[in-house]
Amino acid sequence: MNEVVATGGIPWLTLILVLPLLGVVATLLADESLSRPIALGTSFVTLVASLPLWFAFDIGNAGMQFVEKHQWIDSPSIHYALGVDGISMPLVLLTTFLTPLCILVSWTAIETRMKEFLISLLVMETATIGVFVALDFVLFYIFWETMLIPMYLLIGVWGGPNRVYAAIKFFLYTLAGSILLLVAILVLYFEGGRTFDILALTHASYAPSLQALLFWAFFAAFAVKVPMFPFHTWLPDAHVQAPTAGSVILASVLLKLGTYGFLRFSLPMLPDASVTFTPIIMTLSIIAIIYGAYMALAQSDIKKLIAYSSVSHMGFVTLGIFTFNAQGIEGAVLQMINHGITTGALFMCVGIIYERTHSREITDNGGLANAMPKYATFLVIFALSSVGLPGMNSFVGEFLVLVGVFAWDKFTATLAALGIILAAVYILYLVQRIVYGPASPKMLPKLSDLNTREFGMLVPLVVLVFWIGLYPKPLLDVMHASVERVVASQSASVIVQRDGVPPDHHALAMSEGISPRLTPLEFGAEP
Amino acid sequence: MSLPLTDLVTILPELLIVGMACLILVLDPITPTGKKDFLAWMSLGVLGVCAFITMADFGESTVAFSGLVVMDAYAAFWKMLLYLVSGLTILLSMSYLKVEKIDLAEYFAFVLLALAGMMVMVSGADLLTIYLGIELMSITLYIMAGFKRFEARSIEASAKYFVLGAFSSGILLYGISLLFGVTGSTRLSEIAAVINGPALDDPLMLLALMLIIVGFGFKVAAVPFHMWTPDVYEGAPTSVTAFMAVASKAASFAAFLRVLLEAFGGVKPHWNVLILAVCLITVALGNLVAIVQTNVKRMLAYSSIAHAGYALVGVVVAGWIGVDPDISSRGVSSLMLYLAIYSFMTIGAFAMVAILRNGGLEGENIEDFTGLAKRHKGGAFLMLVFMVSLAGIPPTAGFIGKFYLFMAAVNAGLAWLAIFGLVFAAISAFYYLRIVMVMYMREPSPEQEKNTRLVLSPQISVVLACAVAGVVLLGVFPGPLVSIADLSVLPLK
Repeated sequence: MNEVVATGGIPWLTLILVLPLLGVVATLLADESLSRPIALGTSFVTLVASLPLWFAFDIGNAGMQFVEKHQWIDSPSIHYALGVDGISMPLVLLTTFLTPLCILVSWTAIETRMKEFLISLLVMETATIGVFVALDFVLFYIFWETMLIPMYLLIGVWGGPNRVYAAIKFFLYTLAGSILLLVAILVLYFEGGRTFDILALTHASYAPSLQALLFWAFFAAFAVKVPMFPFHTWLPDAHVQAPTAGSVILASVLLKLGTYGFLRFSLPMLPDASVTFTPIIMTLSIIAIIYGAYMALAQSDIKKLIAYSSVSHMGFVTLGIFTFNAQGIEGAVLQMINHGITTGALFMCVGIIYERTHSREITDNGGLANAMPKYATFLVIFALSSVGLPGMNSFVGEFLVLVGVFAWDKFTATLAALGIILAAVYILYLVQRIVYGPASPKMLPKLSDLNTREFGMLVPLVVLVFWIGLYPKPLLDVMHASVERVVASQSASVIVQRDGVPPDHHALAMSEGISPRLTPLEFGAEP
Repeated sequence: MSLPLTDLVTILPELLIVGMACLILVLDPITPTGKKDFLAWMSLGVLGVCAFITMADFGESTVAFSGLVVMDAYAAFWKMLLYLVSGLTILLSMSYLKVEKIDLAEYFAFVLLALAGMMVMVSGADLLTIYLGIELMSITLYIMAGFKRFEARSIEASAKYFVLGAFSSGILLYGISLLFGVTGSTRLSEIAAVINGPALDDPLMLLALMLIIVGFGFKVAAVPFHMWTPDVYEGAPTSVTAFMAVASKAASFAAFLRVLLEAFGGVKPHWNVLILAVCLITVALGNLVAIVQTNVKRMLAYSSIAHAGYALVGVVVAGWIGVDPDISSRGVSSLMLYLAIYSFMTIGAFAMVAILRNGGLEGENIEDFTGLAKRHKGGAFLMLVFMVSLAGIPPTAGFIGKFYLFMAAVNAGLAWLAIFGLVFAAISAFYYLRIVMVMYMREPSPEQEKNTRLVLSPQISVVLACAVAGVVLLGVFPGPLVSIADLSVLPLK
């Protein structure tokens, strides 16, 4: 059964997956001095190749688009199946957009073994995109695990003084989390009709007791990746020790894999269990938001501060996902993108200053407004974006999440809003100390303002910050249909669990009416 | 009783290999020193011819010597694997022996003789034939383990291996004799017939079964019969260690499984729980003890114990009751797949140890790998691939092996066993990655920088290329091997 339904006859998704690998080969064969331009060129070509996903995307279609499907292994039947919907497409673009920036930010910051560094980065790109586009569970798992090795090397080889510990901690945490995921995949295969096809498995139904087990198996893998409290302890270590590009990839893309997993698998496949366990997830998310913010407040290391702020921000994402309403989930997906842009940018800013002063301590890096005015401007923009200032990207996402949470439970929404206030406190306090505080005399000579490369890599991020902040409609339009489909898959079980009785036909018809359920066959055949 | 020609044709590969071994023993003294590579190339040639013969007969099932030997797809699968592993061992040994200054071509004769023993094991349909094969293999390996005659460790390994090996053979033989007393036969099919009937719950039969399991437990190095493994693996010449860790384990598993399923297939409840217990402690202990090793060969020894534990998951599934035959045969085929994949990654890892030198000595301490990525990018990367694969992380073959094993376990309703195995696979990542860590993340001291180096030769390059190709290709395109394993399991149903 070989079917390729690609737009314009070109298998775009395969192209995006293969291009970075070609870059790996080219980098490997090229001279050390040419490795950076080659890798940058490849990642840029990959970005260009991913643009058709945006422009040729059919926003009215809730199903998978750009679908490719080939038999890979006969027994059991495993497919090389790819496709994107409104939820995964923006995340693919985020990945292809950030990889060139990661290479740019490492241009001079990485001093040893440039070739291997770039190769790891490009392998990471393929693996992360693979996770977002895989429509076969085994293929998904292979990409999911493959990324561990390059990330382990990125942290362990090019990281800070305590890098070995951070790298192995990252590796073992995420590997341990994935164990139950693999077993869950195998159980789903036998329970869901002997298939690894993610769409078919989504449409199968499972007994509530099995759903509960599978839910926690998925949870183990995804909660570690997000990371949700209390599985977050690997994150500050990994972030602080990782080189800048590693932190950017980690924060902007890797953490999204966890929330993507919840959205793609937990909610649609296990609707009853998801509803049942919502209060637990909500509680953990609230704890993450407030605890992460408090921890951020206490840090003296800039990178660690941003790392903890990630825990807090990702709490909003899980909060939004488990509201089961369109506002909450759309806000969550948007917040995934926003966090990718803003936190990625903040890590880049930290990298830039670290390259100059070789210190990430707040006290060593004061008075940047005078010494580095251009840099300070960018930093303040991204900081305000992180706070969620209206007109900037995070505001839209957090607002939508809060609207969604408010509809679910007012008290929870109040607590979540507290997180936003705390974010303002720790970010503005940080800005006050490093931008406006007194400059350390011994650091002052080292503080040269942004060069063209650094300026060039921050500008696109600023553009995105304001574009999403002022006019998020195109992005929301893209995800709307797919989000509605996730919501529809939930509605029935929400009604059952709220009222204690199965929904009558009218209610079902209404929930179905939002977005008609499609059979797997129809998905596969969509143009 | 005359030997019919058709019987001899069935065992033609075995005859060719034994004949070649004898020829090498004759030619060895008259071959001038330094020209002995010629004999190794001849051995490789005969392996190629045998592989061709076995392949041509694949799928046919022939019984020879009135039921003593059977040549079926199951045997053919294992034989092909054994040819490959022996060939790689010979290639690996050619330069390793030179570096270690062992200029004895009889080494190659021993490889072939051990191979002949293993081939008899995998095609034996009678307990005595299997026992003969085991002894031919074991005695040859005792000698090979002591091949570094001037090194105390090697002699010690040989002696230890001999004593414990002879002991385990004795236990096995005792089990066989008891079983003969109960059933009146040593033929697997005849034993099965009696066991399913009159001898169903005979305590003597149970004792015999237990002794046979213990005997094979020694040969596959399963806990608690693993004590000899670390010392022998450490002391033996590395090329021999690789051969033992891969070929003898594969052949022992092949024979073990045939005996359990063909002779004792009717009394699965009598042995499956025992095997399950052995499987659990083997996986747990192998992985946990490997963590504290500082010698790579010892670490790989414990890792090979752990992998024997994983392979036993396949035996457990094959022996689990209340599952349909299709699932049982999945257990067998996933074990076959796993050991084939295990062969590639283990040979690769041992080959890396064999070529790493620290001054005049073999670089077998984990410390000797320090900073290897700076000086030998390619070598370090290969070791990375082998370690990642041993840890079972995709996209390498090690993942595929575990995937099929645990899929069979889940299919048999043993999801908890899959979780158990995967938890320990995650633990194993810790010690496998430690080698990656020292290679990539530690700076070598000046002496290490000066002293440690990789000694490459064309033959070693071929071995490494084969191993890495196997690990990567089977990781990405496992389909063909899976189908072959599925086909090869059929005669056992």
